[in-house]
Amino acid sequence: MSILINRETRVITQGITGATGLFHAQGARDYGTQMVGGVTPGKGGTVIDGFPVFDTVRAAVAATGATASVIYVPPPFAADSIMEAVEAGIDLVICITEGIPVLDMVKVKQYLRGSRTRLIGPNCPGVITPGQCKIGIMPGYIHKPGKVGVVSRSGTLTYEAVWQLTSIGLGQSTCVGIGGDPVNGTSHLEVLRMFEEDPDTEAVIMIGEIGGSAEEEAARFVKDHMTKPVAGYIAGRTAPPGKRMGHAGAIIAGGKGTAAEKVAVLEECGIAVAPTPADMAQALMTVYRPK
Amino acid sequence: MNIHEYQAKAILRKFGVPVPDGHVCYNGNSAREWSKRLGPGPWVVKAQIHAGGRGKGGGVKLARTPDEVRSTARDMLGMVLRTHQTGPEGKVVTRVLVENGCSIARELYLSLVVDRASSRVSLMASTEGGMEIEEVAANSPDKIVIETVDPLVGLTGFQCRTIAFALGLTGPLLPKAVKLLGNLYTTFLACDCSMLEINPLVVTTDNDLLALDAKFGFDDNAIFRHLQIADMRDYDEEDPNEIEASQHDLSYISLDGTIGCLVNGAGLAMATMDIVKHYGGAPANFLDVGGGATIERVTEAFKIILSDRKVKGILVNIFGGIMKCDIIATGVVEAAKQVSLQVPLVVRLEGTNVQQGKQILAESGLNIIAADGMADAAQKIVAAVGQEGSRP
Repeated sequence: MSILINRETRVITQGITGATGLFHAQGARDYGTQMVGGVTPGKGGTVIDGFPVFDTVRAAVAATGATASVIYVPPPFAADSIMEAVEAGIDLVICITEGIPVLDMVKVKQYLRGSRTRLIGPNCPGVITPGQCKIGIMPGYIHKPGKVGVVSRSGTLTYEAVWQLTSIGLGQSTCVGIGGDPVNGTSHLEVLRMFEEDPDTEAVIMIGEIGGSAEEEAARFVKDHMTKPVAGYIAGRTAPPGKRMGHAGAIIAGGKGTAAEKVAVLEECGIAVAPTPADMAQALMTVYRPK
Repeated sequence: MNIHEYQAKAILRKFGVPVPDGHVCYNGNSAREWSKRLGPGPWVVKAQIHAGGRGKGGGVKLARTPDEVRSTARDMLGMVLRTHQTGPEGKVVTRVLVENGCSIARELYLSLVVDRASSRVSLMASTEGGMEIEEVAANSPDKIVIETVDPLVGLTGFQCRTIAFALGLTGPLLPKAVKLLGNLYTTFLACDCSMLEINPLVVTTDNDLLALDAKFGFDDNAIFRHLQIADMRDYDEEDPNEIEASQHDLSYISLDGTIGCLVNGAGLAMATMDIVKHYGGAPANFLDVGGGATIERVTEAFKIILSDRKVKGILVNIFGGIMKCDIIATGVVEAAKQVSLQVPLVVRLEGTNVQQGKQILAESGLNIIAADGMADAAQKIVAAVGQEGSRP
């Protein structure tokens, strides 16, 4: 088991004829993911490097039986692509695109209500269930199948945590990058709930950053509802207030959402917080004994 | 992106939000002439810098005659204005806003933001105008009213009335308030704002509403569809290195320390700064080269870091996903040659094409300190910079 994706997941790529979309579709296929085709409006009926291309998501789903979609469409058009996938009844949409206008995402969020679709991202590295299915831009080789779940807003910081785990021999059940934007599809809390319910996940690393209060809400969920050990890290201890640190979400506004506040709440809720980003796996080992 | 108050007011005026009549001026004579055209006086002369807290720093003054407008404007133009938001170095005033004064009965607060928790636009209002909303939130949260807007329906009449009643805007002020709130919401959507703050919104003694100060924050991701707003950017208000960086699609923020950081990914970049600090160093910057960096972009990033004279050492920390380590390595070597690198350089590479990357660095003949892992990298650069600092 795992969460969100496994070896049965059939995936299409929206924006497959772009350089980035094609490169990562090939990478995912090489990893063993069932990459069954792609969508680029106006290029339907062609085949690119063995991937059948369709004009619409609906046509791609009908022809391939895809249940998941990954989006590499440029930011001005990405929100539309997400809604097209929702309309086509895709279960899981993973949007990698960075730089989508936030008011576009406010509309998307509304569009998702009452639909069957779960959105991961945007502005995220994707999701991987090691050894089974990789959807996104993460380097596959750093992962190892196992029992630790990883959830993070940041892509490269997720790789860092995964690499630390793999280096001490701990594999991962599923790693989820939820993205660094202020309005995104899935929160830390929702991913933690999935990990709690997944019989193959024994422990979780949750990586957060400054800004907002999603980490605090997730921490309270850990305290009230989780039986599995959780370790955490909060990036941005040295970030000055009012400055946007790359991720649109990572901004301390009016003294709210500081790293110190978040770390305090996480610790109160029984999460082992790593003092530096180099200690994430070590922090987990203080609360987790692998079976 | 931010804009000046006079630009903010021009946008509001266009969308039917009442603001005082005024004009931006660049010298004393023009300030005097404009005051005569604007009205009978008195007038307010306001220094135009992006930072808040101008009043306390001497950047907002009342003038009773056109001559006084001129002398006040002359005093203000060229002065270095220091507020709690400018930092100790302050900002030079190059333009002032001259506007009609008004007779104030009450000061209120209004703002619109994208609320992360609900993923919607929220309207926030308070009777405590003129104060910073963070202060109100901390001391008297019951004085803040919030209405969250359904994106499908937009701001409704009952929501506007709820806000208006909470602010005590009744009688003839009620329809004016409802109209103003509706127009404010329209402005927010039409301009792709991330934040729009009216503080204070005033009730005048003759029962009118006026936005006396206005602050816009625009969503950088949406600027591509607002070229007129993009043209309002005032480069004098920004760090020259940050401007240079943004022209190369680099995310760069200048800080006070001595260790330059070049990292891929915003989260890892923040974490790298944190670990440098943890081991006793101080980061000179935040720099995210992004996922799709080219050799040229990495070279530019390197140059920008080195153009900061505080930098005594550089830490490159790359975990390649989209970003390939060989691209970073080639960029680093290229840049080090172009700028004839004088400071210690620690490089930590991991991820896609890591072997090719390490080989490029090793064969470059450059004096590069290789590191394994973030802790090792941070300790090595802090030690190297420490030695550098103690050299005679």
